[in-house]
Amino acid sequence: MKVHNNKAWWLVLPVVALVAFSAIVPMMTVVNYSVQDIFDPSTRYFVGTEWYREILRDERLHNALLRQFAYSFSVLAIEIPLGIIVALSMPRRGLGVPICLILLSLPLLIPWNVVGTIWQIIGRGDIGLYGRLLHDLGIDYNYASNPADAWVTVLIMDVWHWTSLVALLCYSGLRSIPDVYYQAARIDRASHWAVFRYIQLPKLKNVLLIAVMLRFMDSFMIYTEPFVLTGGGPGTTTTFLSQTLTQMAVGQFDLGRAAAFSLIYFLIILLVTWLFYTAMTHADDKG
Amino acid sequence: MSLTLEHIERTVSGERHITDASLTLESGTFNVLLGHTLAGKTTLMRLMAGLDSPSHGRVLLNGRDMTGVPVRQRNVSMVYQQFINYPTLNVFDNIASPLKLAKVPKRDIARRVEETAGMLHIEHLLGRYPQELSGGQQQRTAMARALVKDADLVLFDEPLVNLDYKLREELRLEMRKLFHSRNTIAVYATTEPGEALALGDTTTLIHEGRILQSGPSDSVYHHPETAEAAALFGEPPINLLDVEVRGSELVIDRTTFPLPTTLATLEEGRYRLGIRPSHLGLAPMGDDDLEFRVAVGVAEISGSETFLHVENDDLELVLHLGGIHDFHVDDEIRVYVPCHKLFAFDDQGALVRSPTRSPNVPE
Repeated sequence: MKVHNNKAWWLVLPVVALVAFSAIVPMMTVVNYSVQDIFDPSTRYFVGTEWYREILRDERLHNALLRQFAYSFSVLAIEIPLGIIVALSMPRRGLGVPICLILLSLPLLIPWNVVGTIWQIIGRGDIGLYGRLLHDLGIDYNYASNPADAWVTVLIMDVWHWTSLVALLCYSGLRSIPDVYYQAARIDRASHWAVFRYIQLPKLKNVLLIAVMLRFMDSFMIYTEPFVLTGGGPGTTTTFLSQTLTQMAVGQFDLGRAAAFSLIYFLIILLVTWLFYTAMTHADDKG
Repeated sequence: MSLTLEHIERTVSGERHITDASLTLESGTFNVLLGHTLAGKTTLMRLMAGLDSPSHGRVLLNGRDMTGVPVRQRNVSMVYQQFINYPTLNVFDNIASPLKLAKVPKRDIARRVEETAGMLHIEHLLGRYPQELSGGQQQRTAMARALVKDADLVLFDEPLVNLDYKLREELRLEMRKLFHSRNTIAVYATTEPGEALALGDTTTLIHEGRILQSGPSDSVYHHPETAEAAALFGEPPINLLDVEVRGSELVIDRTTFPLPTTLATLEEGRYRLGIRPSHLGLAPMGDDDLEFRVAVGVAEISGSETFLHVENDDLELVLHLGGIHDFHVDDEIRVYVPCHKLFAFDDQGALVRSPTRSPNVPE
């Protein structure tokens, strides 16, 4: 008969403790808030799913959610192809390699609120580099009052900040392709497109999966940059989910509603990320 | 059709990789490039293919200068040491890829792919993806891709190195047959002298970026022009002994022998004598054998053969013996050198005498 012992549980224990403190306890606190209406620590009422129902019917949140999706998918649609193109056009050896790597890393080293501030200045019509340029070209650009301008500026800001990450990930993927593959393709007289489609893209699949998930999660939770740049305006044009949540939680101190909202927010991110993951790994199975 | 290299040189950032290489290869022949790792075999193949262009010299195909013509405009194919296939295409599409790129009509593609796959015995695997194949099958796919397009020049860069012993034997045999009736120039780089003898119509010896000798394989093997060439073409390498001919005596360090009749034509002076490990014996084989007393160093037993390393104060020898022999380190034995099997090189290393071969006696 096989002898069982439970020693292995001791090995799992540190992880369980760590995850409990970092994730499970805070999460359960939020769950706890989300089913109560709290006036002060001694005056609390259990309200069940009341907050959730209210959240799901909230017109303001529906709009923020749509804006958020539009924003995140725009970010992905621009940054992923652009990152691939940048990575493909980077030199494969020589002095250009470290230069490119350093230049690409620079935006990644800048804190979010600084990025917001930089673009606030760059976009100004009187002294900003782009703002002034557009004015001189006769384009009436003002991110503080024109919703479209504000939206585009927030988007460009994210592209400027994060395309580097996608490019660096793709570059590392491209570097792992042995030279003989390119040589073989040249001998086969394969076109550049064929080389990309059949040699480079398959090798990039894994890093692209990581890039897509990181950029989706990050852009879906974006807070600081639009907050600094536009404060969510004009109106609510650049008020994304996280900002709405912050207003609700610390602005109006509506803890129960904010807690319910956080949980739904969390589930949406989890669901979409899972969809991306499944779609992209499934594509891998087929070939 | 023929491929000619004329005084090719290739220098990369001040370092010379190929020095003054001249060579002519005919179509319908299987040509082996034999040399150690980093000797310049791959570099030479890349120059033949047009992947690189030479710093000096010309590459001619059928007398037409191809030196500057990029590989995309040539009709060559190449098989590598690594198994290079398109990972997302199945075996059929992999083999078909060069034909599709060459805009061959669909019906012809299917026929030619099936034909080539049949020759390489992978016709039952056409629907599979490379990662679902064994190493040997992957390399067969890569070979099929190289063969399907009827290239003027097919280059094999040590294609069997990453395969296990059995598969290597099997594919080696098939490759001979595959190229038997083809009007293609096949070039095959290897580090193994045995492959050169088994496969090559011609063998070209390459050492440190120079072509030492080129010609029909057995003629290069039996008449190496230099001691270097003799050392390269043989595994284990040929034994070389520094000797001096003085009057009617042969002096090997401190030992003196009467000059054997087979070497009687040599004038006085210093020579290097070469004797292949397989020609040395533990018992006398003729009247004029040179006899050495030596101590056993190492006996490597490989399959049904024994490689015996022996030495005394004057010389070191390697014997290639059939069968398994049980020796112990420092055993005192006698080794016999049959004089009619000796190569003699002058002090510059050039061949002055090669063994007389009687056609009836197998080597």
